[in-house]
Amino acid sequence: MLLYILQRILAAVPVIGFVALFVFLLLRLTPGDPAAIIAGDTATPAQLEAIRDSLGLNEPLLIQFFTWIGQLLQGDFGTSILSRKPVIDLIADRMEPTISLALTTITLSVLIAVPLGVIAAWKQGTLIDRFVMLLSVLGFSVPVFVIGYLMISTFSLGLGWFPVQGFKPISDGIGPFLHRITLPTLTLTLLYIALIARITRTSMLEILGDDYIRTARAKGLPERTVLMRHALRNCSVPIITVIGIGFALIISGVVVTESVFNLPGLGRLTVDAVLSRDYPVIQAVILLASLIYVAINLLIDIAYVLLDPRIRYS
Amino acid sequence: MTLQLKSNAMGRGLRSTLLSAMLASSALLAGAVEAQTLRAVKHSDLRVLDPILTTAYMSRNHGYMIFDTLYALDADLVPQPQMVDSHEVSDDQLTYTFTLRDGLKFHDGADVTGADVAASIKRWGERDGMGQVLMSFTESIEQGEAPNQFVIKLREPYGLVIDSLAKPSSNVPFIMPARLAETPSTEPIPEQIGSGPFKWVADEYQPGVIAVYEKNEEYVPRDEPASFAAGGKVVKVDRVEWVVMPDDQTALNALQAGEIDYWEGPPSDLLPILDANPDVTVRNLNALGYQTIMRPNTLNAPMDDPRIRRAAIASVNQKNVLDALVGNPELYNLCGAMFVCGTPLASDVGSETLTKGNGMEKAKALLEEAGYDGTPIVIMHPTDVNTLRTQPVVVAQAMRDAGFEVDLQAMDWQTLVGKRASQASIADGGWHMFVTNWVGADVFNPLVNNMVNGKGTDGGWFGWPTVPKLEELRMSYATAPTLDEQKKLAEEIQALAYEEGIYAPIGQYFVPSAWSNNLEGVLDAPAPLFWNISKN
Repeated sequence: MLLYILQRILAAVPVIGFVALFVFLLLRLTPGDPAAIIAGDTATPAQLEAIRDSLGLNEPLLIQFFTWIGQLLQGDFGTSILSRKPVIDLIADRMEPTISLALTTITLSVLIAVPLGVIAAWKQGTLIDRFVMLLSVLGFSVPVFVIGYLMISTFSLGLGWFPVQGFKPISDGIGPFLHRITLPTLTLTLLYIALIARITRTSMLEILGDDYIRTARAKGLPERTVLMRHALRNCSVPIITVIGIGFALIISGVVVTESVFNLPGLGRLTVDAVLSRDYPVIQAVILLASLIYVAINLLIDIAYVLLDPRIRYS
Repeated sequence: MTLQLKSNAMGRGLRSTLLSAMLASSALLAGAVEAQTLRAVKHSDLRVLDPILTTAYMSRNHGYMIFDTLYALDADLVPQPQMVDSHEVSDDQLTYTFTLRDGLKFHDGADVTGADVAASIKRWGERDGMGQVLMSFTESIEQGEAPNQFVIKLREPYGLVIDSLAKPSSNVPFIMPARLAETPSTEPIPEQIGSGPFKWVADEYQPGVIAVYEKNEEYVPRDEPASFAAGGKVVKVDRVEWVVMPDDQTALNALQAGEIDYWEGPPSDLLPILDANPDVTVRNLNALGYQTIMRPNTLNAPMDDPRIRRAAIASVNQKNVLDALVGNPELYNLCGAMFVCGTPLASDVGSETLTKGNGMEKAKALLEEAGYDGTPIVIMHPTDVNTLRTQPVVVAQAMRDAGFEVDLQAMDWQTLVGKRASQASIADGGWHMFVTNWVGADVFNPLVNNMVNGKGTDGGWFGWPTVPKLEELRMSYATAPTLDEQKKLAEEIQALAYEEGIYAPIGQYFVPSAWSNNLEGVLDAPAPLFWNISKN
C-alpha cells in the first residue's frame, strides 16, 4: 500500500508539471496586458513598455516560464502583479473560508443525504422514496444563487436570524463563525444532498437485489444490520467517490455561492485574478487546485481499499 | 456591628451602582466603538495602491484617504489652498513661491517639506496629462529657502499652475515623502505613507476582500468647512472599511440589513428599491457625473477618413444610448459638450445631431460622399462591465441603420484594454472603435481631456488622431490669461474635434450613491470622500 501511495505521488509530478506548462502558455496566449491594466488610460507606449519591463513581461516566454518554475521549486509562488502582495499570502487568506465551507457542507450533506438515500432505496416506490427524489431533482434544478437569495430573504432580511453576508474565522469564536457560515452551508448542502442521496439510492438498489442480502435477511438479521453493515458498506465506493469529488469542487472554488454570501474564498480570488490578468495568482491557484484534485483522488483510492478489502493495488 | 452591616449594605449598594454604571457605560462604549467604524462598498476592488502609477479610480480614491493635496477644488470648481498656506507670484509671472501650512506631518512622523512636494510633483508630472503640460512649462521645482517652502520656476508664463495642482481626478497630484516619490513612475511605491486624514492599515488589507483605514489623529485640518475636495478634512469616525462585494444584490441586502453604511454606486435598476427605503438616503454626489464616449481609431481604414468618422457620430442618438444604459431620464443629460455640461467650458457647438437625434440622413449622405465600400467596422464590446456593455450595441445598430457594416466583437474589458493599445491593422487584430466612460472631472477642460489630444501616434491617446491645429489650440488654452478667452478656445477645440470626428460624447449620466441614514455629512465631491462624515 505504501509503495502504491509513493507511486501515485510520483506519478502526480508530471501531471502537475503539465498543468503548470499548460496554464502558463494559456495565460500568455490570452488577450490582455497586465501592464495596460496597471497603467490605466493615459499611459504612453513608452511608459507601458517600462512597466512591462519592470514586471518581467518582456522577457522571452521560455525565460519567464523557467524563472517561475525556479521560484516554485524554492517554495516561492511569486508576487501579485497588481497588489504586490506575496501570492502565498493571498491564497492563505482565502483558504480558511473555502475549507470551512467545504467541511461544513460535506459533513452536513453526508449526515443527511446518506440516510435519505438508504431509506429511499429501502422504501423504493413509496411516498418517502418519491419525496427524496423530488428533493433531489429540486436540489439539482434550482440554481444555487436562487436558493441563496431565498435563504437571505427568509432568514436574514425576514427573520433576522443570520447576517446577509461575510465570514468570521473560527478564531473569532465558534458562535460568530457558525452565524456566518450557516446560510452558505445550507445553500450548498441542498445541491450536495441531491447528488449524494441519488447516488446512495441507486447504489443501494443495485446491492439490495443481490443474493447475499437475501441470505442475510434469511438468516434473520435485523433489517438495520442488513442495510447498514451489509448493503451500505458494499455500495460505499461510488458514494465516497462523489463525496471526494464534491469536496474538491468546493475547495477549488464555488464562485456563485461565494459571491452571493460575500465569502472571501478561493473561487473569487481566481475569478478576480483572471479578470485582471494577474498571472502569478492565476498560475498558483490553478496549480493548487490540480494538487488538491490529485490528493483527493489518492485519498479516495485509499478509502476504496479500506472499505472494500476485495480491492487491491499493486 | 450595625455600622459594619450598614457599611456592607452601602458597599453592596455602591458596588451595585458602580457595576450598573460600568455595564451601562461599557454598553455605550461598545455602541460608540461600533459606531466609529464606517463600512463602505465601493464601485470596484482596490488593486493598485499607487495613485500615480495608475489612473484607476479606486487608486485615486485610496489616494484621497491617505495623501493630501496642495490645492483642491471647492464646490464652485475654484481651486482653494489645502496643504498650502500662501503663495506668491513674481512680477514676470515666472516664479511661484509656495509656503506650506504649519503642522503638516507624514504618517511616519516626519515633517512635510518643500523637497517632498518637489519630488511628488515631478513624479506626477511624468504620468499625468495635465502634469506633463505643466512640466513642459516648468524650468525647475525645488525646495525654497525655508523647509516648508517650494518654488516653481517657469520658462514662460502659464496660467494654469494652480489649476494643475488642484486637479481633482486621475491622476491627482498627491504629496508623498520624497523617499517614496523618488520611485520611478513606472514602478509602485513600496509603502503607503502620506500626510492625509487617514492612515493605511496594511496588515488588514486583503485585495478583493477589504481595505482598511484608520483616523490619522495627528492630522491638522484646515479651519474652513469642507466643500467638494477643499476645506477642512475633519475625520469623524475612527475607522473606515472598504468591503468588496462582487454581487449587487448582496450589497443591496447588506445595506438594508445595516451591515454596511455606504454604497458608492448602486446600479440604476436597484435604485427604486433603495428610494423606497426610509432608512436609506440616495443622492448623486458628483454633479459633473460621467461622460460616456465613442472613440474611433483614426489609423485604420475606413475610419482614417474624417467623413466616415463624422458619419458614425451623426448616426448616433444620445437618447437611445442613455435609455439603454440608464433608463431613468432623471439620471442622465443629453449633452454634447466635450468639456461636460455644468462646467464653465460647456458648449453645444457641433453636437446637434447627437442631442437631437436627427443625424441619420446626414450620416447616409456622408457615407455616400466618402464612397464607403462596406468594410466592416470593428467595434470592441466589453460584455463584463455593466456601464459599458449596452452602448456598443446601440451605437452598432445606429451605424447599421446608416449603412455601415459592423463587426461587434464581444470581449471582456481587460482584453479590450490590452487590444485598444494596439495600432495594428484590422487584419492583424486591430480595431475601429470602442466606447468608454469618464468621470466628468477627468474631461472638463482641454488639457485633462485626452480625447482632444491631437498628437497622433507620438503621444496621443488610443485612436491616435493627428491634428496639429488641435495642439496649437490646446497650448493657446494653456496660456490664455482670462476665463473668457479659455471659453472661446475650448469652443474652437470642440468644433474642430467634431469636424475631425475624433471623438463624441454620447451622453452624460449620474450614478447616485446610497447610504444609511445614520450617516451625516456625506460630501458632494469629485470622488467618494470619507472625511466630514459622522456615524450615529
